[in-house]
Amino acid sequence: MSKSILINLLRFVVLVFIQVFLLKNISLYNLSTPYLYILFILLLPFDIPNWLLFPIAFITGLTIDAFYDTPGLHAAASVVLAFVRILFIGITVQKDGFDNEPEPTLSNMGLRWFFTYILTLTLVHHFFVFSMESFNLAGIQYTIGRFLLSSLFTIILILISGLIFFRRKERK
Amino acid sequence: MRNLWRFISNYNAFFLFLIFEVASLVIYIKNNSYQRAGFINSANNVAGGFYEKINGLYAYLSLKDVNDSLARENAHLRNLLKTSYYVDTVTRQKVSDTVYNQQYEYIVARVINNSVNRANNYLTINKGSKQGIATGMGVICSKGIVGKVIFVSDHFALVQSLLHKDSQFSAMLASTKEIGSLAWGEDMDPHKAVLKEVSNNAQPKLGEWVVTSGYSLFPEGIPIGKISSLRIKGGGYSLNMGITLSVDFSKLEYVNVVYNKFAKEQNALEAQQKKDE
Repeated sequence: MSKSILINLLRFVVLVFIQVFLLKNISLYNLSTPYLYILFILLLPFDIPNWLLFPIAFITGLTIDAFYDTPGLHAAASVVLAFVRILFIGITVQKDGFDNEPEPTLSNMGLRWFFTYILTLTLVHHFFVFSMESFNLAGIQYTIGRFLLSSLFTIILILISGLIFFRRKERK
Repeated sequence: MRNLWRFISNYNAFFLFLIFEVASLVIYIKNNSYQRAGFINSANNVAGGFYEKINGLYAYLSLKDVNDSLARENAHLRNLLKTSYYVDTVTRQKVSDTVYNQQYEYIVARVINNSVNRANNYLTINKGSKQGIATGMGVICSKGIVGKVIFVSDHFALVQSLLHKDSQFSAMLASTKEIGSLAWGEDMDPHKAVLKEVSNNAQPKLGEWVVTSGYSLFPEGIPIGKISSLRIKGGGYSLNMGITLSVDFSKLEYVNVVYNKFAKEQNALEAQQKKDE
């Protein structure tokens, strides 16, 4: 348990660091801006209780907001992300498998499930972020373009990180 | 009460979601003036959109009235236009010509009627006898000579253009000062004129400037055009040559009427000599 806390704490620090000091400066043609920090919320253990998941998501979002000068935007998006995560996991994962597979990582869950998982959650989160950010329908094509390209970028980054930390494991 | 608690704990994800979502949205909207304004705006977008549609319908029904009122307003505004007013300020420029000890004055006028394609062309200018214009005055523009005044009313004057069969002005070659007489060509080209009766001794060159001589209505040295062809006709006592006019008569807009202070005296003197003959 304490190991899990330590790993997640480390992951939080590293991901926020990467997000704020590296990815914040990366923007392909002003269209594609990845938000890799959501990986932290995505990789929280399966058995985390809801009363803990929401505050963690909220605080993660606020941390990012503090660096991005958008108070509330990423917090709101992260809370949405947490909610969708609960729904998605509730639909697709059997509850009794938690002991063996504590975290929804690529190595634990397999590519198909993991890809569907990050695709859905990234799209929801990014859609929320970009629509809240522009907050009108005037530049809707531009907003949608940014949303799709940024989602693509984020998904690629998440897959890469999943492959980097891939541990071959005997699956039952 | 217990049922309520059970309900809440069963759907705790949703309620927690609501709490945190509302909290973050409150933070977001409180802290971003753009979203605060945008919130009101987007609400207005819907209402405004409907209003616009309804308004478009109403506007269509009242097209006729609007049209009438616009036409009236147009007429009213046209009355206020500068061009429908008569400009009665007169600009006179004085030029002291010290060599000939003669003084010319120029009266600026605007061409309000013009023609170039008839056998005899006239132009009307918007200055008349009230502004000091009299019959017989020369008219020039910035590029060269235009013609002479033949009729004057109180506020207008009729100018016989150079493009007229009876127009004849004294001119000379700019370099050698050989004198000739300028008239419009027979082929009625508004860009061409003919310089006649130049002395046989002159040796005109193609492209040479032809200017006014100072013997007629104009000051000396006002450009007329360039020699474009040398036509030696009949081998008589004089040379004829074709000239390309420097003034584009079809584009005349502002002209200067030349007031020669001594014209009256000169005319009187010359008339006496004619009477004597």
